[in-house]
Amino acid sequence: MIAPSAVRIAEVGKSFGAVKALGRVDLDIPQGELFGCIGADGAGKTTLFRIICTLLLPDRGRAEVLGFDSVSDFREIRRRLGYMPGRFSLYQDLSVEENLRFFAAVFGTTVGENYDLIKDIYTQLEPFRERRAGKLSGGMKQKLALCCALVHRPELLVLDEPTTGVDAVSRREFWQMLKRLKAEGITILVSTPYMDEAVLCDRIAFLQKGSVLGVDTPCGITGLFTRPLYAVRARQKYRLITALRRYPHAASAYAFGGSVHYSDKRPAADLRDLLAWLDASGLEDAGITQIEPGIEDAFMALMELQGETGTEGADG
Amino acid sequence: MKSFRGFVLKEFLHIFRDRRTAAILFGMPMLQLLLFGYAIRNEISEVKLGICDLSHDQATRAITSKLLSSGTFSAKRNLRSPEEIGPAFASGEMNEAVVFEPGFAARLQRDGFCDLQVITDGSDPNVSRIITGYTASVIQDYLGEQYAPFSAPGVVPVPVMLFNPALRSVYLFVPGLMALILMLVSALMTSISITREKEIGTMEVLLVSSLRPTEIILGKVAPYMLLAFINVLTVLALAFMVFGVPCRGSLPLLILESLLFILTALSLGIFISTITASQQAAMMISLGGLLLPTILLSGFIFPVASMPLPLQVFSNIIPAKWYLIIVRAIMLKGADFSYLWQETLVLVLMTVLLMAASIRKFSERLQ
Amino acid sequence: MADAVIHTENLTRKFGAFTAVDAISFSIGRGEIFGFLGANGAGKTTAMKMLTGLLRPTSGSASVAGFDVRSEPEKIKQNIGYMSQRFSLYEDLSPKENIRFWGGIYGLDRKTLREKSARLLEALDLQEAADTRLSSLPLGWKQKLAFSVAQLHEPKIVFLDEPTGGVDPVTRRRFWDMIYETADNGITVFVTTHYMDEAEYCDRISIMVDGRMAAIGTPDALKDEFGVSSIDDLFIRLVRPTPIE
Repeated sequence: MIAPSAVRIAEVGKSFGAVKALGRVDLDIPQGELFGCIGADGAGKTTLFRIICTLLLPDRGRAEVLGFDSVSDFREIRRRLGYMPGRFSLYQDLSVEENLRFFAAVFGTTVGENYDLIKDIYTQLEPFRERRAGKLSGGMKQKLALCCALVHRPELLVLDEPTTGVDAVSRREFWQMLKRLKAEGITILVSTPYMDEAVLCDRIAFLQKGSVLGVDTPCGITGLFTRPLYAVRARQKYRLITALRRYPHAASAYAFGGSVHYSDKRPAADLRDLLAWLDASGLEDAGITQIEPGIEDAFMALMELQGETGTEGADG
Repeated sequence: MKSFRGFVLKEFLHIFRDRRTAAILFGMPMLQLLLFGYAIRNEISEVKLGICDLSHDQATRAITSKLLSSGTFSAKRNLRSPEEIGPAFASGEMNEAVVFEPGFAARLQRDGFCDLQVITDGSDPNVSRIITGYTASVIQDYLGEQYAPFSAPGVVPVPVMLFNPALRSVYLFVPGLMALILMLVSALMTSISITREKEIGTMEVLLVSSLRPTEIILGKVAPYMLLAFINVLTVLALAFMVFGVPCRGSLPLLILESLLFILTALSLGIFISTITASQQAAMMISLGGLLLPTILLSGFIFPVASMPLPLQVFSNIIPAKWYLIIVRAIMLKGADFSYLWQETLVLVLMTVLLMAASIRKFSERLQ
Repeated sequence: MADAVIHTENLTRKFGAFTAVDAISFSIGRGEIFGFLGANGAGKTTAMKMLTGLLRPTSGSASVAGFDVRSEPEKIKQNIGYMSQRFSLYEDLSPKENIRFWGGIYGLDRKTLREKSARLLEALDLQEAADTRLSSLPLGWKQKLAFSVAQLHEPKIVFLDEPTGGVDPVTRRRFWDMIYETADNGITVFVTTHYMDEAEYCDRISIMVDGRMAAIGTPDALKDEFGVSSIDDLFIRLVRPTPIE
């Protein structure tokens, strides 16, 4: 038997005036999972999370959180939920300690009661106990906000872009904390614009323009990329990209760090022919190696599949 | 209950954490009262008077000395001819000139009337009107003393200002100032403090906590209620002790009515915060929509009766207007509740309506 | 470097006793894409302000586009373009109005401006949206427009401050296509970014730690040198030893 669902969303849609924030979203997140929502600004991540947190009413569809209906039983859900909105909602003029004590109080508990849960994180903040939240670095704010969201030992933790605007070191530490919280049995729902964080989740959903392009484990999602993929390198990158895109058999060519990821329309690409084409385009130094597709390749392939490459989602 | 207490505690931390805000909130009432009490007043003293006496008889001398002994007119300048009047006004040496026609006393004796010209600076009409009236009353006084027993030429009105015989403007400003300060502290500060939580996103977290919306609203109201109440006491104490403003009616009644008005202003503030999303918008609405009408249309500075009809009608929806009537009646006229129940009822109704609208609009969810 | 467009020698800036930028020396060539990385507070912003002529160095020297940052900051401003994701364009104006405004600031005459505006709107496929408010356009379009506007006056160097946050991977690559094209035209591109994987798109990168240049070189060479598999790992290796605060 599968673990019972922590979050079950069926055909949920939401519009703000003429702007469609969520199309028709279905999701099922079992208890104890670390689930990631990956998508750009305006993809609908925040709207989805707010519906799950009972802060927004869906226009249609139904959301069930921890076994309760998000509309009729919203109080039950709120009691069991820890929510960390984007931009770390803290009182900038209150100290680290005051913030934590306040959030404990409004959730009807004390810092001491669940100290074991936040101890690991809070000890890092301890030296700055008296400092005002507004004077903390981004990484410290993020840790404090996490403590505040955990202080009442929620069953479900919803984190909206917790790593945006935080440096790479803090980001890595933050994901280690999430792993530890998962081990405590807390279901975690996290959104991020960073593709490289996707692999750290148990399962991920790609969101784009208010719809879910795919849901799977990181491994499973890269498996959606069926065509062979090549990394092409040359010194003159702009010419390389244009030459690859002009190649008659090209399916896609996207810059990827130091190389260009190229996929071919044919089941197996004729690399000798491709090299000759590049050579004729003045790229004598070009080199090609076949590679395994990554999460980002898969996301882009899914976007192409949905015909989403023409325009980007509107802000919101 | 524990969570509610934590909430109120946090509000106080916000208020005292920022020293400047705290200083403004507690210092402003005193500062404003001192400002209005000393600097901005309507009564006129030190009018520089010029006398152009073309008659030089016993009547003109008597009137002149009566004018100067009244205390309103400070300096006297003798002008030899009416031509000197213009330049003297232009240079600011004079605020008023009185011209007696030649043969003043003789004509008064003979005809029973004579000409006396009062010239004032029309570029400051308020001052001009007041000192003209004052001069006229002094002359009337003189004539009454001299001639009334024998030949009363018709009826001479002798105005007496009840309740504020000296027309001390601080008496009028204190009630208006109380209305203004309470509006500012209660409405502006609450609306800003709630919208700030929306802006920084903490409102989202508060909503998903186990706090009920009424608890959030009450938690916001309680600290500012206390703060506003302290301000009322400060202003009253200063008014009694520094300016000697009397409280002829019941002090407990005055305090109760003030508490009611604080509630009205707080519910206004909450209502504003439910319809705005940013601190800036809340501030604009509070300043433009509340403070300006409170100053201009409540009867604080300009009497309601002298406004055009549409503004008079509009002034009825300004809570400060009713509070002002109540405070003036209690402090200056010594009125008791039986005279004030209608105004009180208006404020109660306003409060109930605004509170109901706020709680309805204060959503448990985001928009 | 023979045709260095940016060249610094022991460039230093102190604020009181605090040394924000500590004797950094580097050269960036024509048409190069240079990634300028560092943790918050490492001195990145201060260094960039000195290079754009907004802040005088305490000691050391720097030339940008052939002009000295100390004596000719105004000349520098005429020869560089600057784009930041946050501040570049006015949201309540249309693309056309934004182009006209910035063209005016850069001192383009009316005829040139009209031609450039038309060409730019066409290249960005913005003709239909030319008169709609920027706030209603997708973020990706705004970023591309901002990048183009920063080049209206044909600068020798374009400074990009955190240019591609918050967009989907395809849109982000469209933006990088533009950067590559710009570099291919011989314009130097100077990029600061939080995205470590984005650093790998640059020809060369530098990582600042506590006001000093902790590493500089091509992404591949740096990865070899420090024995790490990604720039992300390299960044953490370099930044980690210092306390987080």
